[in-house]
Amino acid sequence: MTVKDAMDVLGARVLVGEEHLDREVRSACGSDMMSDVLAFSKDHSILLTGLCNPQVIRTAEMLDIVCIIFVRGKKPDATILDMARERDLVVLETGHRMFSSCGLLYQAGLNGGAF
Amino acid sequence: MADVITLNYEISPDDFTRAGEASSDVKSKLKQLGVSPEAIRKVSIAMYEGEINMVIHAQGGKITVEISPESIVMILADKGPGIPDIDKAMQAGWSTAPDEVRSLGFGAGMGLPNMKKYSDEMEVKTELGVGTTVTMVVKY
Repeated sequence: MTVKDAMDVLGARVLVGEEHLDREVRSACGSDMMSDVLAFSKDHSILLTGLCNPQVIRTAEMLDIVCIIFVRGKKPDATILDMARERDLVVLETGHRMFSSCGLLYQAGLNGGAF
Repeated sequence: MADVITLNYEISPDDFTRAGEASSDVKSKLKQLGVSPEAIRKVSIAMYEGEINMVIHAQGGKITVEISPESIVMILADKGPGIPDIDKAMQAGWSTAPDEVRSLGFGAGMGLPNMKKYSDEMEVKTELGVGTTVTMVVKY
C-alpha cells in the first residue's frame, strides 16, 4: 500500500511530507522502544510510536523508514518536525491508540514483515 | 576508494537530544562514497546503538570510523564505568538503564545484541572503573 492508503485507514493527519504520500510501504513496526525498532524493523516500513522525541527521527533515519505515525494523538514539537523535514520523512498523526492503529493497518493488508 | 578514510567524532556526555549525530554523519558520508545500502544499514544501526550507549552509560567518548576498500571498522572508546558482566549485557532484554532512559525509548536491553547482530565482527574490551572499547567490523 502507499502512505496515503495508510493515512486513510487511520484517518490520520499529515504533519510533514505531504508531497511524498504516494510512497510505497511494505511493512510496519509499532513500538515505543527504539532499540526494539532497530532490532526488528524491515525495509520500506512504517514506524508507529507514541514516543515523542528526536531519537524517533534518528531511528527512522538509520533504518530508512518511509513514514512515522504518532499514535494516541501525540504531538511532536517543531524541532522534531524540522528534523523529519530535513530527512525527507513523512510524519502522520492519529488519535487511534497503538493497538487499534496496528490492527487497522494489519486488517488493510499490511504486515510486520517476515520474522 | 583506494585509501582508508578515517573519521573521528567526540561524543558529548548527557546530551541525549544530540545522540546519534555522529552516526547520522557517517551514514551520509557512506552514501556519498557509494557504499552498498546493505552495508550502510548495518553500520548505521550498529554505530547508532553504540553511540546511544556511550551517552546513556559512559558520559560520552570517542568514535573512530575507518572506511577501507574491504570493510568499515568502528571503534567506540569510552571512559565510563565498564561492564561488570559482559555475558549478561549481551543477552537480549537485559538492561541496567535507569527509568529515565527507558522513558526516552531506550534501555530495552537490545543495544549490545543489536550491535552484534548488525556487525560481522565485534569485540568488547572492558575494565571496571576504566572504560569500555567496542570494535565492530562490517564487511562489504
